[in-house]
Amino acid sequence: MTQSLISLSAVEKYYGDYHALRGIDLDIGPGEFFSLLGPSGCGKTTLLRTIAGFEDPSSGSLRIDGADMARVPANRRPTNMVFQSYAIFPHLTVAENVGFGLRRAPQSREEKARAVEEALDMVGLSGYGARAAHALSGGQRQRVALARALILKPKVLLLDEPLSALDKKLREQMQGELRRLQRQVGITFILVTHDQEEALIMSDRIAVMFEGQIAQLDAPEVLYHRPKSRKVADFIGMMNFLQAKVETGDGAGLKVTTPSLGGFTVQADQAVGNGARAELGLRPESLSLLIGETAPPGTLTAAGTVADRAYYGDMTYYDVRFGGSETITISMKNRVGREVLEIGAPVEAVWDPRSALLFQGD
Amino acid sequence: MRVGWLGIYAVLYLVFLYAPIFLLPVFAFNASTIIAFPLSGFTTEWFRELTTVTALHDAVKNSLYIAVTTAIISTVLGICAARASTRYGFPFQRPIMGFVMLPLVLPEIIVAVSLLVVIVQVFGLGLSSLTVILGHVLICTPFCIAILNSSFQNLDQSLEEAAVDLGETPASAFRLIVLPLVMPGIISSLLISFTISLDEFIIAFFLSGVEPTLPVYIWGQLRFPQKLPVIMALGTILVASSILLLVLAEIFRRRGLRRAGLKDTGGFL
Repeated sequence: MTQSLISLSAVEKYYGDYHALRGIDLDIGPGEFFSLLGPSGCGKTTLLRTIAGFEDPSSGSLRIDGADMARVPANRRPTNMVFQSYAIFPHLTVAENVGFGLRRAPQSREEKARAVEEALDMVGLSGYGARAAHALSGGQRQRVALARALILKPKVLLLDEPLSALDKKLREQMQGELRRLQRQVGITFILVTHDQEEALIMSDRIAVMFEGQIAQLDAPEVLYHRPKSRKVADFIGMMNFLQAKVETGDGAGLKVTTPSLGGFTVQADQAVGNGARAELGLRPESLSLLIGETAPPGTLTAAGTVADRAYYGDMTYYDVRFGGSETITISMKNRVGREVLEIGAPVEAVWDPRSALLFQGD
Repeated sequence: MRVGWLGIYAVLYLVFLYAPIFLLPVFAFNASTIIAFPLSGFTTEWFRELTTVTALHDAVKNSLYIAVTTAIISTVLGICAARASTRYGFPFQRPIMGFVMLPLVLPEIIVAVSLLVVIVQVFGLGLSSLTVILGHVLICTPFCIAILNSSFQNLDQSLEEAAVDLGETPASAFRLIVLPLVMPGIISSLLISFTISLDEFIIAFFLSGVEPTLPVYIWGQLRFPQKLPVIMALGTILVASSILLLVLAEIFRRRGLRRAGLKDTGGFL
């Protein structure tokens, strides 16, 4: 990266004996929509709060726009935050909430009122200024929190699980709006979430965190298609893991055998010794069932039976058994003319061996 | 409507609780100096007599001064303690908070005697209203902490962080956000400690020296049976003002809740 807006190097955080952040090195660019993704307790919120200035790192350095933040308290950092609980001040009106950050600004009363109106307009709440803050719905509170954080035009907007309290429909709508808002204002957004789908939809880049460390930092497509470890692959999206034995390895690929799908050649970055045990990762959409179709060239097929199925409306997920004890989940798009198969039906599965990922030793 | 045994029990309980208090105004307006039925006639003589006793006026002034000062000091101490226990962690936090709350269950007579010994024997100080305030702050502070603890606990911590995030210093965030939101608790705390101090007898009796508080004065007057109706009149005024105070406090509390949009979790009334 040519120039980073936020730069963390070797950041460590201890709470007593608990090691919350372990050697975080991270560079986030200007105008980027960046996500910190991980299960609860992985340190993602601690990292966000460290950037905001609510936690001091035990060691390591944090720079924002080139300036060292070590001695800069939260109230003087060029960051603003949208809290998980939104933290709307319940005793103030919507306008007073949104304009709270301007209290110390040198502008005149009229200029401030105009800024508040603009901020409310930006989040689609124009005309709500006089309302009591506690009378708002969940989605409106979220918008007020956004307007309040953006009115100071921070260099970085920090979002701590901002959508987790909303219901599914509203969450999906707000995901789109947040993304659009970020493009509109051009401010760097750092989003903390445990929802991998949300991170994939919204982010330019995602850092996946486990146990205080960044396990992988990549663009959503790379993270989804080329996860570096089994743990990341398991956390992002759905993945079938098949026991596999490596037969021979050479430069072009590895010949593996699996109990369910037989033997085939996969690509692998790392060298794997002959006879080693490994796991093969295959996404449900990497396989498909031949329902009145023929297999395309370059693909492999295997015969099995439907052990279970789950109908999702747009998709049907089949658990298919291929002789062995394990089942493999295969997703099929539902469309006109394609029947939904019954449990017990014999099927033929088809897959491209290039979509299989090899994991070893984690 | 069906009134079962529980209904009868409830009525008897309330009669037992309030009948003696209703007798106060009855005898306060009774013409006889003897507190007994049948009533002999209506008079406002006892109330008129109240206005002429300067020793009583001094006791009232003294009590009000002590109660107001006690309420302010113990509420401020309560705010500090409640914030410390809800917002920060420090070594021995639980045992310290436990010991701070202990005066709630300590017998007052023990507190009074030990304070008397410490003040007079150890420090060699004279007794005055200040020593009463000291004792009252000691017994009122745990009540204040208990009330304020729940107010502070109900407060979302990120509210304060949000204010700091938006540019306020920790001190101004406290003043602008925390203080207004815990105000109903602060007012409750002031009222409770004021009331406890106003009618506290044992500590005041031991530590007041030559400046008696109202309860100490009333106790002294009980030696003279002919003064009893005057005490009844005084009691009537005290009960009336207590009810007024409680109603005001409740109105204020409910208004505070409404403004903050919080759910009513029950107050005094």
